[in-house]
Amino acid sequence: MSYSATVDVMLKPGIADPQGQTIERAMPALGFEGVSGVRVGKRITLTVEAADAEAARSKVEEMCERLLANPVIESYEVEVT
Amino acid sequence: MSAQVSVIVFPGSNCEFDCERAFSLLGAEPHLVWHSETTLPHSDIVVLPGGFAHGDYLRTGALARFSPIMAAVSDHARRGGPTIGICNGFQILCEAGLLPGAMRKNTGLKFICKWVDLEVANAQTAFTSRTQPGQRLRVPINHFEGNWYCEDEELQRLRDGGQIVLRYADNPNGSRDDVACVSNAEGNVFGLMPHPERACEAMLGSEDGRLLLGSLLDAVEARRTVPA
Repeated sequence: MSYSATVDVMLKPGIADPQGQTIERAMPALGFEGVSGVRVGKRITLTVEAADAEAARSKVEEMCERLLANPVIESYEVEVT
Repeated sequence: MSAQVSVIVFPGSNCEFDCERAFSLLGAEPHLVWHSETTLPHSDIVVLPGGFAHGDYLRTGALARFSPIMAAVSDHARRGGPTIGICNGFQILCEAGLLPGAMRKNTGLKFICKWVDLEVANAQTAFTSRTQPGQRLRVPINHFEGNWYCEDEELQRLRDGGQIVLRYADNPNGSRDDVACVSNAEGNVFGLMPHPERACEAMLGSEDGRLLLGSLLDAVEARRTVPA
């Protein structure tokens, strides 16, 4: 079976995100007031062959641990459909 | 025999010739080794140079750590072989788990290219034996992601273990604890964002890099004279 997976990788909470901070500081200049907590991450989409959805998920989670995210500074969420 | 230095070249590396030249000036014999090789020539020192290995795709160093040569580099490092990662090489060694921590984008989101002063935090390492504690070294930096990070407990362990080797006198990039260079616990693997290989000739502005690379050559000499 083919499964579509979506991986969202974000800097862990508490780790400063200079990109998010810069975007946040730019908001008032565009007239957007009251914006806070801007964080920038990345989304990786992929298709995997696996026996079932659970097997597909564990395959993608292993990819996250070994390559797609750096566990020292990043956390990830996997969605499989 | 002069020290044999393998400089690993990844697609996107761009400081390999600077490293080659600097080690030649110091009397060593450098060789360039392409990343798709699976074995190293006889190597007293392995250098991962700066650049943008594999385009820095995904994260800096994230893909380079899976280059075929990296298994041999890890073996060399785990056997106690002197190993240094400079700039992108430091990022690769962190991703490969050979050094602690990880890199974030510089605070201020600027690519920084300038001379900085470093302070020797531990002068009793294979990379700093020719320096004095607290000595200032003038070495250039040239990076976008040198904002080194590790968690509190790990940082304490590194401090206690003397693994923080060099600090920035004036932190340019947000790096935790002003760290510019760390080592592994065994003291044979070093990573630093500054480029000592570009500070080995007076006409380039500084010869302080010689103290660092020269220390490593002394360590090679010492390894040879101590029976295994």
